[in-house]
Amino acid sequence: MAILPPGVSAESFASAIREFQDAVGRDWVFTSDDDLYSYRDHFSYIKDQPNELIPSAAVGPDTTEQVQAVVRTANKYKIPLYAISTGKNFAYGGPSPNVRGSVTVDLKRMNRILVCDDKRHFALVEPGVSYIDLYRHIQQNKLNVWVDTPDPGWGSLIGNAMDHGIGYTMGFYRDHFGAHTGMEVVLPNGEVMRTGMGAMPASQSWQEYRHGYGPDPCGLFGQGNFGIVTKMGFRLMPAPEHWRNGLVTVPKREDLIPLIEAVNYLCDLSMCGEPWYGSPLMGLMGNTEFRDAAMSFNESAMDRLAASAKLHSWQVELQFYGSERTTLANWEYAKEIVARKVPGARFTDGESLKTPLTREQIASTTGPYPTNMRRNITQGVPGLGIWYMTGRTENNPNAWNETHIGLFSLIGRSGEAVLKAQKDFADVARKLEMPSLFPNALQTPVNWYQFAFLMGNGFGLGRGDNSPAGKLAATAKLREVLRENAALGYGDYRAPPILQDDVADQYSFNDFVLRRFTEQLKDAIDPNGIISPGRAGIWPAPFRSMRGGMRS
Amino acid sequence: MKLAMTALLLCASSGVALAQDAAVERGKAKFDHTCAPCHGDGPGDDGRAMLPGTDALRIKYQGALPALLEKRTDLNADVIRTFVRRGTWSMPPFRPTELTEREIQDIAAYLRQSSGAAAR
Repeated sequence: MAILPPGVSAESFASAIREFQDAVGRDWVFTSDDDLYSYRDHFSYIKDQPNELIPSAAVGPDTTEQVQAVVRTANKYKIPLYAISTGKNFAYGGPSPNVRGSVTVDLKRMNRILVCDDKRHFALVEPGVSYIDLYRHIQQNKLNVWVDTPDPGWGSLIGNAMDHGIGYTMGFYRDHFGAHTGMEVVLPNGEVMRTGMGAMPASQSWQEYRHGYGPDPCGLFGQGNFGIVTKMGFRLMPAPEHWRNGLVTVPKREDLIPLIEAVNYLCDLSMCGEPWYGSPLMGLMGNTEFRDAAMSFNESAMDRLAASAKLHSWQVELQFYGSERTTLANWEYAKEIVARKVPGARFTDGESLKTPLTREQIASTTGPYPTNMRRNITQGVPGLGIWYMTGRTENNPNAWNETHIGLFSLIGRSGEAVLKAQKDFADVARKLEMPSLFPNALQTPVNWYQFAFLMGNGFGLGRGDNSPAGKLAATAKLREVLRENAALGYGDYRAPPILQDDVADQYSFNDFVLRRFTEQLKDAIDPNGIISPGRAGIWPAPFRSMRGGMRS
Repeated sequence: MKLAMTALLLCASSGVALAQDAAVERGKAKFDHTCAPCHGDGPGDDGRAMLPGTDALRIKYQGALPALLEKRTDLNADVIRTFVRRGTWSMPPFRPTELTEREIQDIAAYLRQSSGAAAR
């Protein structure tokens, strides 16, 4: 299934391949169908279709200089590139580019941990370094820092941060792009640029003052297409000596409002880590009367049925990092703050454990209360255990979740916003005839980012219809969801390439001035439009006619 | 002359054994790094008894084959290459930069050794 980059002749492409081989070595340029199969999105909604987003070739540079050479060749032949690092990008398009026929720049071989400082608390890494790699490096060298890992630990620190990924420890570290400390980038013309103090040749503080002097362009590289990041620094949390958790429950639906206010207060004082919200009422969804009340947002009926079942409406599990005494003091203070705001709140002490937790303590499910908290990620221990969600399980023995796709909307960090979003999402599902148990009145947000909530769009897509037509119909529904969400003020934070134009369309203030601004910059910096054209809806002039092409 | 030939053969065979040991060692390191987070021993997330890859194979084979790859005797380099490069179910394909052909051979050497040890 050999394909060519758009607008590039077979002769030019052959010449470019030879130059790529000269740059990175023959063994690291991949053009065969067998090799390129692994560069396809395993969960693609358009697999084997004529518009499947597959590359024409892949190149695997080992150094920044090799990346520069690849970029220069691409410019010479006007070949679009698409950079990937390590990990699988499940639910967000895998390694697939935005433009079919792009050449994938596979940065996996650049896997060096250049600095990991446990006195000043930062690391400087290359794109091929995964969370698992850095964790193992820290363990092997007995360093006194943690990593803040997303659910799957195979991902790249740089790739995850570039896509605004998240983790589960303390607020500052959970926002992986926010916790970066400067970067090295190969620009579209092949030059190497360093940001912040890295722009100063003799600087001793590149990873400690990311602003440098003057405008900081780093934001352009996150979910952008202004260059290929080849090094990046990250702040690391110093290893705490102790971890403690505790459960808060509040009785009524409306108590969610003061509960979130209290938890926001504690989080923003850096007194607790990621809070895990939930509803003890999920267990009542098997009860027809309660389910009807939850699906129709009958607030008084839900409160009445919760009371008769002797269950509280909401819970939040809090976690604390520090010493035994400071974590206890913070938990006691959390009880005081919540009790002040929510008179009917109840508190259950969790576990109080010296860190690092043992493997048995991490796997333990015998705490004082049933917990939803995935303990390995709260302890900065990366793994792949989360993938029971997509694979064969006892409940799902004969099918896999082939249509796994991630859509999370930003919502306000308040109880009012959560209660409104639950109803809005349910209304959208009804309007678009996507009935399922989600969204409903019990859905809670995740607080991955310290200062924002994200809420999953848990819509029923008619799972089971994995035919091309079924997937096409599901994609069309998701586009409608994104449009409806935008009309209600909910924007998404991330999407696979087939939906990136649709998400970009949500951000339309003042006649899309943000997009016009970034595209003006793109045209100036990358006149041939070779770096990831179309990524995040940013289309350079030579490829701009492709905008929205995935909708047809 | 016969003695010299025997010594030469012994040297050659010990060289092969050393190379094989090195392949097993490299294969174990790569298996631990790339395969074990899903297919290793030990508990999974959210109170699950097994990691997802191990559990999936337990359910698939229902005891007809071991759930742990390290106990399988039927995984030569060709079989491993097929699964690694093509993926299966929710296991995605792995790129040649993530697992090279030599690393696939090394993992096959390690699994031969580990499954043999498990059988003893």
